Amino acid sequence: MTDKKKELKPNTYKFDTLSLHAGYQPHKNAGSRQVPIYQTTSYLFDDVDHAAALFNLERGGHIYSRISNPTVGVLEERVASLEGGTAALATSSGMSAIFLTVMTLCEAGDHLVVSSQLYGGTVNLFRLTLPKFGIKCTFVKPRDTEGFKKAIQKNTKGIFGELVGNPGNEIMNMPEIAKIAHEAGIPLMVDATYQTPYLCKPFEHGADIVIHSLTKWMAGHGSSMAGILVEGGKFDWMQNDKFPTMTKPYEGYHGLSFAEEFGPTAFTMKARAEGMRDFGPCLSPQNAWNVLQGIETLSVRMKKHCSNAEEMVKYLSNHESVAWVSHPSVPDHPDHELAKKLLPNGRGSMIAFGIKGGKDAGVAFINNVKLASHLANVGDTRTLVIHPASGTHSQMDEATLKFAGLSHDMIRLSVGIEDIDDIKNDFEIGFRAARKPRLVSNQ
Amino acid sequence: MKFKVNNNEVFASTGGRPFDKKKPLIIFVHGSGLTHMTWVLQTRYFAFHGYNALAIDLPGHGLSSGESLKSIEEMADWVHDVIDAVGHKEASLVGHSQGCLVTVECTSRYPDKIKTLSLMGGASAIPMNPELLSLAENNDPKAVDLMMDWAHGPAGHFGGHPVPGLYHINTGTMLAKSRTIQNTLGVDFRACDNYKNGFEAAKKIKCPTLSILATDDKMCPVKEGKKLASLIDGSQVDIIDNCGHMMLLEEADRVLTVLKKFITTNYPPLSS
Repeated sequence: MTDKKKELKPNTYKFDTLSLHAGYQPHKNAGSRQVPIYQTTSYLFDDVDHAAALFNLERGGHIYSRISNPTVGVLEERVASLEGGTAALATSSGMSAIFLTVMTLCEAGDHLVVSSQLYGGTVNLFRLTLPKFGIKCTFVKPRDTEGFKKAIQKNTKGIFGELVGNPGNEIMNMPEIAKIAHEAGIPLMVDATYQTPYLCKPFEHGADIVIHSLTKWMAGHGSSMAGILVEGGKFDWMQNDKFPTMTKPYEGYHGLSFAEEFGPTAFTMKARAEGMRDFGPCLSPQNAWNVLQGIETLSVRMKKHCSNAEEMVKYLSNHESVAWVSHPSVPDHPDHELAKKLLPNGRGSMIAFGIKGGKDAGVAFINNVKLASHLANVGDTRTLVIHPASGTHSQMDEATLKFAGLSHDMIRLSVGIEDIDDIKNDFEIGFRAARKPRLVSNQ
Repeated sequence: MKFKVNNNEVFASTGGRPFDKKKPLIIFVHGSGLTHMTWVLQTRYFAFHGYNALAIDLPGHGLSSGESLKSIEEMADWVHDVIDAVGHKEASLVGHSQGCLVTVECTSRYPDKIKTLSLMGGASAIPMNPELLSLAENNDPKAVDLMMDWAHGPAGHFGGHPVPGLYHINTGTMLAKSRTIQNTLGVDFRACDNYKNGFEAAKKIKCPTLSILATDDKMCPVKEGKKLASLIDGSQVDIIDNCGHMMLLEEADRVLTVLKKFITTNYPPLSS
């Protein structure tokens, strides 16, 4: 008998197990197997000393549900564990997570370099709203990696982008852009909503802060709004003098230096201590619980989303009514090779396609599909469609639409997990109507 | 705060309060490959309650410069030098894991200077698994992953960090990977493995001593911790259920409660 020496292997829990268990210990919660919903505004202090200790960040715990809540805390830890991050902070929506991230990082007079292909609401935040706070942005096309470098200024505090742009499916070269950011001593912030940690873990490719609209695939069932920012823990805030609010004594907490005191969790600690205190975009415990339910089946759902999406890509690519299809799984997609590297578990379930007949045909298609839902969301278990130029991105002018890579014939498709034949049959109804736009519009 | 010891710059967290020479000094000594940040849920309390709480980064670790010290004995002398460097005549010591070896050795060498000793996850010797030692000395990140696995109890593997939103294992991993693994963890593990004087050092300790142990500690099991405590006259022992080696994070509140009672009783704070 051979006496083979057993190789040492870490037995930390894997993705699917963490999806179900991370952040929660039943024995500390009356043995409740399910995460309890702590529907409360505030928490009893043991005594005055305990209260002071909590307010001074001397010990962990909860004070007021605007700052933290036990149910929300489980969600935060769970997402941090799945992303490979050190800490996370959940918010009331994806947009509030982006806003909180920017306001934790920047002050008036600062500058950001931002990918041009983003959700329309995010474009407007960076283009119109943040300048009101004295924070300016330069937009760069997601594939223009060198452009990100050229756009960095002395007062630039970070680079922001969606890994796969909404709605055009252009992919940022995250590892290269991370190098550019780090050479400039600034963090890379990535909105990875489309991917979820099941498809991509941005920290493994150089990102420093990851943001999700949890409303989408993470929650997955179209029931609840939520957002989150996750910290990678590698970025050294003390490497230069660009981030004084992270490194210098902070008056709001008795001269605390977040970077010195909390190191790899400093950004999240500041975002919570300052941002949640002062802006307050807190997540309700009920919504946190709903998102936790979704995360329990994340990998199962994502596999089905991706396999259905690949089927739909084949179907659309061969359809007479379709002018073009954009999805990273298509071999002639400009980012196909990059997608294989960054998205090894699947290329996601967002498809953009152009319908022959332009805007009128697009409108007719959307007005006639019966199974697919026409609405302003993505990442539902159900199949969703929208015409971005007249919906999600309608507040953008013609030039901005063009710069963001949007065309009037584009339909954005979020592939659900229904039976694939039923989705295709439904699309046939839409395409038939699109070929007769006038007749349909008179109905 | 930053100060110099043997011409090298040392970083120590003061728990968010300014250093005040009038207040009694507590020095917190971290474990192998880690940094001052492991103590954040203990130091800030003491800093706000009448003490100078110094969570040091050992040389070559965290934000301290210089090279890592190669033996527990050198580290013990260095901790003694820290007391002098910050202008104090005495201190209370708190150690975790390797920090227990260091503080036990330091207390035995400088009995007049050390007023109390608090040990968390301590033993009189910490022999290293040869494969783990080799991985760390060869700069293999797997060494950190293994350490994080073994250092957390079954409950700790699920998370449940006392600070909302923080995830234990990934935070510890980042701390241990913040400097070159072979220069921190590799050197520290070798120092632990080489240290054989724990039993003798413990017998010399006469100051009030507390050992906090955890039932699920695989790295310094309760049995070993009790053995160490039995060598120290009058040593107190507190055992935490359902907790692993990273008790100062896994059960931060419980640890703080026990530590607070022990230190304030035996080494009172400066009253305000």
